[in-house]
Amino acid sequence: MTERAYNFAYLDEQTKRMIRRAILKGLAIPGYQVPFASREMPMPYGWGTGGVQVSAAVLTPDDTLKVIDQGADDTTNAVSIRSFFQRTAGVATTTATRDATVIQTRHRIPEEPLREGQILVYQVPIPEPLRFLEPRESETRKMHSLEDYGLMHVKLYEDIARHGHIATSYAYPVKVEGRYVMDPSPIPKFDNPKLGNMAAIQLFGAGREQRIYALPPYTQVVSLDFDDHPFEPSKADHPCGMCGGTDSYLDELIVDDAGGRMFVCSDTDYCEGRQAAGHKGKDAA
Amino acid sequence: MTPLLSVQGVTKHYGPHIGCADVSFDLYPGEVMGIVGESGSGKSTLLNCMAGHLVPDSGQVVFDTRGHGPRDTVTMSEPERRMLARTDWAFVHQHARDGLRMGVSAGGNVGERLMAVGARNYADIRAKATDWLGRVEIDAARVDDRPTTFSGGMQQRLQIARNLVTGPRLVFMDEPTGGLDVSVQARLLDLLRGLVRDMGLSAIIVTHDLAVVRLLADRLMVMKSGRVVEAGLTDQVLDDPQHAYSQLLVSSVLQV
Ligand SMILES: Nc1ncnc2c1ncn2[C@@H]1O[C@H](COP(=O)(O)OP(=O)(O)O)[C@@H](O)[C@H]1O
Ligand SMILES: [Mg+2]
Ligand SMILES: [Zn+2]
Repeated sequence: MTERAYNFAYLDEQTKRMIRRAILKGLAIPGYQVPFASREMPMPYGWGTGGVQVSAAVLTPDDTLKVIDQGADDTTNAVSIRSFFQRTAGVATTTATRDATVIQTRHRIPEEPLREGQILVYQVPIPEPLRFLEPRESETRKMHSLEDYGLMHVKLYEDIARHGHIATSYAYPVKVEGRYVMDPSPIPKFDNPKLGNMAAIQLFGAGREQRIYALPPYTQVVSLDFDDHPFEPSKADHPCGMCGGTDSYLDELIVDDAGGRMFVCSDTDYCEGRQAAGHKGKDAA
Repeated sequence: MTPLLSVQGVTKHYGPHIGCADVSFDLYPGEVMGIVGESGSGKSTLLNCMAGHLVPDSGQVVFDTRGHGPRDTVTMSEPERRMLARTDWAFVHQHARDGLRMGVSAGGNVGERLMAVGARNYADIRAKATDWLGRVEIDAARVDDRPTTFSGGMQQRLQIARNLVTGPRLVFMDEPTGGLDVSVQARLLDLLRGLVRDMGLSAIIVTHDLAVVRLLADRLMVMKSGRVVEAGLTDQVLDDPQHAYSQLLVSSVLQV
């Protein structure tokens, strides 16, 4: 039921138009960070206000929304964003990746390949991949415009010098269509290969930092690396304890006081789907 | 022979104040030009105009580029100028912290320019960085240490290594020995002299210290109130200064 006190999806039409313009510009220049006038949302920053504003701007009454947080549909953050849009937009919601038309996510890309017509909206805390070594915004903007990206490899160099390998495992930087270097938000690098050539539209919203960027369908996305330290999308070397899956990203759970551990798919919908289809892991009841 | 750098009528004001005025000279490949003058005489302003850090009000700074021959760097596009700045040019700042990334290891500092021009082999980059640390007399064991753990002299040597690793054709230096202890200065000067000689570097060195130019510069320009008052071969200018201000400058140093 829609509460009439709100405009559809909470934001007024003018604000949504402004955000849509930023999204279109982002789609036209893949990987480029478009500034936008982020609005106060009825939730704190860090709760994905950038993603929420992007979702609000793209949702239509016919959409079906899925919200995930680290792959799960049932965390406090995911539940509250889902119910926010149920209340303010009256849209249908789902936990099934394949049934959703808009998926808002924090820290994961669903395991099931997305298709044309779907939109994946990422919540982004820090959109600037160069921030780590160059805090001056004026300077990073210039570096992007001049494709002056040596610094990005300095970061990876430092990783190898310190750890013997590229230790960056989240928010692993990518180059988009051979042009812009982009932070894919804190997804595990395991998900990086899914960013490229994806059939769905990918939109990234950073609320506090007031930036939107985008990847249109079938965009080339390459993870940065060195010839002698190539990018590797790693994951825990175990099958899922619940569904037995061997090719999904796993969370490690402590299951008892004796320090017993179990590895389970981080993508809840994917895991449940496999279990429903009869797949069984060694820890399944 | 084509000059490597040809400066023509470079003028820069700060509001109504003169930074430097109507400076012209040619620098030929393999030459080291010294620019001396008291504090406030416009040395840094001129250097920054030449290196593309400041836009002169008028004048040309023509650099003999590898690809397209002599080009005015003042009017070329910023991407082109930046490309020069990270390939053919080097800039050594007086304060090492202005020219180093203090949060990055020594190896990363030296390797940055290599990576900026496309080096993508970690082992090669590290080997080159280590080699350059050796050439500026920094122990290879410090390759993973941050410059914050280095002495002032080491930081300055690291800055020099970071600048020279890509084999630049022209090096700008602004008071490279300034702010260092006298004994540390001497060692740095010896090192710079060795590098200039071994690499056949072309350089422009700004300093208020005549000992620096005596040791490093082939030619000298003396600046006063933003203008060049005398120019010539280093030994000539220092031993037989013609302009009254140069005479003052030389004598005051000789008294020290
Ligand atoms: N950013 C600035 N704004 C205003 N005046 C400046 C600035 N930088 C330098 N000046 C002035 O320009 C003149 C030349 O300065 P500078 O080039 O720094 O001389 P030097 O390097 O020989 O000490 C001085 O009078 C100085 O006060
Ligand atoms: Mg100065
Ligand atoms: Zn599973």
